[in-house]
Amino acid sequence: MSLKIKVQKMLVLGSGALKIGEAGEFDYSGSQAIKALKEEGIYTVLVNPNIATIQTSDMLADKVYFLAITPYFVERIIEKEKPDGIFLSFGGQTALNCGVELYRKKILQKHNITVYGTHVSSIIKTEDRDKFAHHLKKIQINTPKSIATTTVAQSKLAAKRLGYPVMVRAAYALGGQKSGPAYNEKQLHQRVTDAFSFSSQVLVEQYLHHYKEIEYEVVRDRFGNCVTVCNMENMDPLGIHTGESIVVAPSQTLSNHEYHFLREKAIDIVQSLKIVGECNVQFALNPHPKKQDIDYAVIEVNARLSRSSALASKATGYPLAYVAAKLALGRGLFELKNTVTHTTSAFFEPALDYIVVKMPRWDLDKFKDVHQQIGSSMKSVGEVMAIGRNFEETLQKAIRMLDIGEDGIVSDTYVSMKDTDIRTLLENPTPKRIFHLYEALRRGFTIPDIHEMTGIDPWFLYGISKIVSIEKKLKHEAHTLSIQVLTEAKQSGYSDSCIAQLTKKKEEDVRKIRIANAITPSFFQIDTLAGEVPAKTNYLYATYIGSHHDIRPLMHRAIIVLGSGPYRIGSSVEFDWACVNTAQYLHKHKKKSIIINCNPETVSTDYDMSDRLYFEELTLERILDIYSFENPYGVIVSVGGQIPNNLALPLAKNGAHILGTDPLEIRKAENRNTFSDTLDTLDIKQPSWSQLTSVDKAVSFAENVGYPVLIRPSFVLSGDAMMVCYTKKDLEEYMGTVGYINKKYPVTVSKFVEGAREIEYDGVAQYGEILIQAISEHVESAGVHSGDATIAYPAQKVYLKTESQIQNIAHKLAKKFSITGPFNIQFLARNNIVYVIELNLRASRTLPFISKASNVNFTRYIADSFFGKGKKHTLGYCDYVVVKAPQFSFARLEGADPTLRVEMASTGEVGCFGHTFEEALLKAELSVGGKIPSKGIFLSLGGDENKIRFLRTAYRMSKLGLPIYATDKTARFLRKNKIYARKLYKIHERMKPNVIDFLHKKKIDIVINIVDSSYKKDVRDDYIIRRATIDSNVYLITDSKKAMAFIKACSDYTLEQLSINAWDEYGA
Amino acid sequence: MINQPSYLELQDGSRIEATSFGYQQSISGELAFSTGMVGYPESLTDPSYSGQLLVLSYPLIGNYGVPSQDFWESSRIHVSGLVVAQYVDTPSHWQSTMTLSAWLIKQKIPALIVEDTRFLVQKIRTNGAMLGKIIIGPDIKFSDPNKVNLVSAVSCKSVQTYGKGKKVVVLIDCGVKRNILRSLIKRKVKVIKVPWNYDLAASSLVYDGIVVSNGPGDPKMCNETINAITYALTKNKPLLGICLGNQLLALAAGGDTYKLKFGHRGQNQPCREIGTSRCFLTTQNHGYAVGKIPRGFKPWFENLNDKTNEGIIHTSKPFFSVQFHPEACPGPVDTQWIFDKFISCL
Repeated sequence: MSLKIKVQKMLVLGSGALKIGEAGEFDYSGSQAIKALKEEGIYTVLVNPNIATIQTSDMLADKVYFLAITPYFVERIIEKEKPDGIFLSFGGQTALNCGVELYRKKILQKHNITVYGTHVSSIIKTEDRDKFAHHLKKIQINTPKSIATTTVAQSKLAAKRLGYPVMVRAAYALGGQKSGPAYNEKQLHQRVTDAFSFSSQVLVEQYLHHYKEIEYEVVRDRFGNCVTVCNMENMDPLGIHTGESIVVAPSQTLSNHEYHFLREKAIDIVQSLKIVGECNVQFALNPHPKKQDIDYAVIEVNARLSRSSALASKATGYPLAYVAAKLALGRGLFELKNTVTHTTSAFFEPALDYIVVKMPRWDLDKFKDVHQQIGSSMKSVGEVMAIGRNFEETLQKAIRMLDIGEDGIVSDTYVSMKDTDIRTLLENPTPKRIFHLYEALRRGFTIPDIHEMTGIDPWFLYGISKIVSIEKKLKHEAHTLSIQVLTEAKQSGYSDSCIAQLTKKKEEDVRKIRIANAITPSFFQIDTLAGEVPAKTNYLYATYIGSHHDIRPLMHRAIIVLGSGPYRIGSSVEFDWACVNTAQYLHKHKKKSIIINCNPETVSTDYDMSDRLYFEELTLERILDIYSFENPYGVIVSVGGQIPNNLALPLAKNGAHILGTDPLEIRKAENRNTFSDTLDTLDIKQPSWSQLTSVDKAVSFAENVGYPVLIRPSFVLSGDAMMVCYTKKDLEEYMGTVGYINKKYPVTVSKFVEGAREIEYDGVAQYGEILIQAISEHVESAGVHSGDATIAYPAQKVYLKTESQIQNIAHKLAKKFSITGPFNIQFLARNNIVYVIELNLRASRTLPFISKASNVNFTRYIADSFFGKGKKHTLGYCDYVVVKAPQFSFARLEGADPTLRVEMASTGEVGCFGHTFEEALLKAELSVGGKIPSKGIFLSLGGDENKIRFLRTAYRMSKLGLPIYATDKTARFLRKNKIYARKLYKIHERMKPNVIDFLHKKKIDIVINIVDSSYKKDVRDDYIIRRATIDSNVYLITDSKKAMAFIKACSDYTLEQLSINAWDEYGA
Repeated sequence: MINQPSYLELQDGSRIEATSFGYQQSISGELAFSTGMVGYPESLTDPSYSGQLLVLSYPLIGNYGVPSQDFWESSRIHVSGLVVAQYVDTPSHWQSTMTLSAWLIKQKIPALIVEDTRFLVQKIRTNGAMLGKIIIGPDIKFSDPNKVNLVSAVSCKSVQTYGKGKKVVVLIDCGVKRNILRSLIKRKVKVIKVPWNYDLAASSLVYDGIVVSNGPGDPKMCNETINAITYALTKNKPLLGICLGNQLLALAAGGDTYKLKFGHRGQNQPCREIGTSRCFLTTQNHGYAVGKIPRGFKPWFENLNDKTNEGIIHTSKPFFSVQFHPEACPGPVDTQWIFDKFISCL
């Protein structure tokens, strides 16, 4: 039955920069697809500008193009590479859209390229709502009934036909405006009248209020063999995006009849579409059907790998993306082996003997003005997955994995809330919903009451209420903690520290008591068959509902590498890259790798990336559990970002051997006081700063060093909450919002050096000697968070003298802190004077960028340094430039102000190569949504200084031959300098034509909005312009240096002039 | 739940502390595990589980309570005892009529919470099926259900007729699941259900085809059924065997059966139709399998995992049988076409 695979060269499209709704899961799926292709001996060409990913590592694809995934670039690559096949379904919506366009433009046909996997016509069918609903109707699958009406009378008739309650929706309205349920004709009349005032068409739809949301992940081979690898149930009912929902696998509240009824429907859909590969089907299911029957509707079908399929893969151990790739090539499911057991077939549905809980991670606090409510659009930036053997245990694990400062579900943050506020929050969920649920149950809200308000199935609420009852027991037994209650608490997911708090003990004491009484977790395998067949799998989790281990410890042969946890703003795929690469280099030193991580969107949690994978919490308690079981050689804390870094000292104190820099030195570098003293003794300059405990002191410090100042609280739960203050008023306002400034929680105020350049230094040292180093430079002026900055490698504008100063400082610091392993220093440079802002004794965000740009994998040096085997290497001169550009997701974050601040806001990044800085920059910007303007440019420059500085760029801009639009003052300034600019009114001027109109009419394709940060007037107007720009899907630049660089790049290069070169063509 | 000391004791001498959540009484049986994640009401009422202490590997049992009789696979619970990792006493489902615990107590079925059910699964998988006992109160002796005729205990005692249709099917009840009956009736045939030891040769029944049902235990205990099938084969009437029916057909036609190490029990057993590239996911529940294929027959399906036989089909006549459960309940409904195939032969 085995066939000969015809394709020789496969083009794989990635998904580009990480953004909300399209994140790390596609690094996982692309990587698995490439693995599958390599196994079949197929030459692979990958297009993905996301330089931080693992799929763009040298160990995977044969050729990598760091270029935008747009039809233009992909066609150029096709012309150059002449592939005979293409994969569209492993790079999310980005790859799919690009592929569909290439197909529609007949480019694929022109170049004789076969789409492997599901046929494009099927994909197109699923992407068109009307066509797809029609298709489903033909095969007798329910979709939510919807009737389009144009008069109130028609609406009433439609409602009668559907039966009340109905959902009323104004057609062509963005973001669900003017939509809502109507329970009777009176309500309908009101809603419909209202909606008609807004739109000429009103949809009357079946109202699926509080239906359950159930998903199935289906695979199908070209022979028509079909299995559903996993089903999942959203705890949150329909109406909350599945990316915003807490999700469990397998479904918990479905009977056999319901489970298999929906499974059959999912398979019918997949068969009808002749999917070859993977497909996700989402259902709405009525929890209280009126008739004795199943009442369901299909709400979405994704004919590609999705976030849910990544989750399903990790939840079951079934490598969906790998299998989908093999099926796309023409293999049959029966030909493939279950990669976990190696003996059984891939044609099967995993049986779980555990439960999985996925929980989203939000970072809404990082954004100004963003709407806090969660609903039908996705706002979360990452997720965690917990594995356990009951809901309570698993749920509490998941909460800890989020790394949001909560020790489980028990939180006292909400105790003082009024009942009415709790009710409001239950009805209008926010990212804190799980804690509101707990608080409601704790104060005695009934389960039917909460179910009514939230639509959450009582099954989940009963689970949470069990945790409440154990909290009561623990409090009651504060002094006489019995073994029985302790065991119960552990089996319900309580952490040692939470138990300690409730029973007024120390965490260490609880740990001692439980170890003395043999209350320790069991380590079980995820084996896909619930233990039925022996599996040599290394995919593990911990549970207190067990009494044995499936595995034996690896002992001194192994090293634990701590992963980075959930993706969030400031920590994402770059740390996964560092973690996976470092783990792989351990083999060179004859050590086995044990990865601990809890993020289902990662490659590090693919069980074939390490010798052992613990899909577990990155908490001190759990790492110690694993450490004392495995008894390894040591643990690496410096390649997984801030979570592992923070654990270095506590782990060391508990006897763990930390590889690399001494944790005490790490603490010295992180403590502002000791670090500052160290800099002074080493004669290294730093911006003046002070730690202050009152508003008055802060003001007098600021007046002393001069505004602006950078201010940040020394203790915050999530994120940094930093701000630049230009005036006394700013400062006082900030202190007012932070609220808790006192001796225990002082604020740090430092001099903010304006107009300075920020320089990134990445190095690896061994016993204080530097092995390798690289310097890169921010395009924006200092003040933009390094994660939001556009960065160039090699540094373009750094004087030789500055560079040698930087290297000198790095040498001093490496020696002083006896650094072994990775470190990163952030410098400020102004007028050849170099200041140190920060030293991190861990791998930085820029590490994969630097490694790929320089073509030297820094993680190899990191691994070597741990064993004292590192050799010094000096990076050579490079005749090309690589630019890393940030990706923002403001469009998803309704209301958020899309501006750059000292606090990071970007969700991802790309890195592109060019022969010049401008070429690389242009390619990078085009990869994160930038466009070479072709219609018109809108310019708004705040303050005289910004205007004058921009003049040269404005001349350049005028030569692009496009209309320039500007605000009143900017237009006048430009005209005075002989550049014609058409004036557009701001909103508050209430005159036409205004900016918004022009944006809506698509007459503008780039908005440059530079505000004078020290100048507060018109701020609201600028915000409105920025927001309208984002909401109109127009490219926005808010930093003046970035704008200058971008305009120069646009005047230097046309799209056609950008070189189409693969990674290995640079510097070869 | 009253908590008197409860244990699960295995034939190899190991004894595991447990918590009882069913009827308070000691019971012995053969320990078997199932890996299905849904469908405990269907499994518990499946007569094929007669004599067994069923270990469910999915750890959360009781989630959706117990539905009304319409959803059961027979009139009562047939497992001798139930072992789970976590019992959920707070079910949530619109069709739930009572908790699982209440049902077990009502039906006098002992049930235990043994946290490490995974350990039990691994033990059975390594050592093979073994005897066990649930001890709540006074100890009792081990007893091997395979040494008694379980089929005679679960089969109906008299002939009964169901459904309407021009064609008539005789259903030999060795412990038939209701969904086999429903699946036939749905296809508009008249079904005459007869006991396992019904003497077909001496009967005056007029029929168009025969279905031999599933059932518990060793097929070699069912001589009367085997004889009836041997007789039926001479009449050239279409015959469909399911599960035990597959083994009985093989024995009747001159083939042989053997005991598997620990059987197939679950809802994710992959089968391939031999000679084709079509595969089906099936529900299974059997401890014995067909070894020697009888003359005139050929293997029809095989298990993709362990390559054991999953069905036989006659090379020229309308006789065929499957080791899996096309009627599902619980489990995937991918092989319902087997019934269509049978009906089309009538």
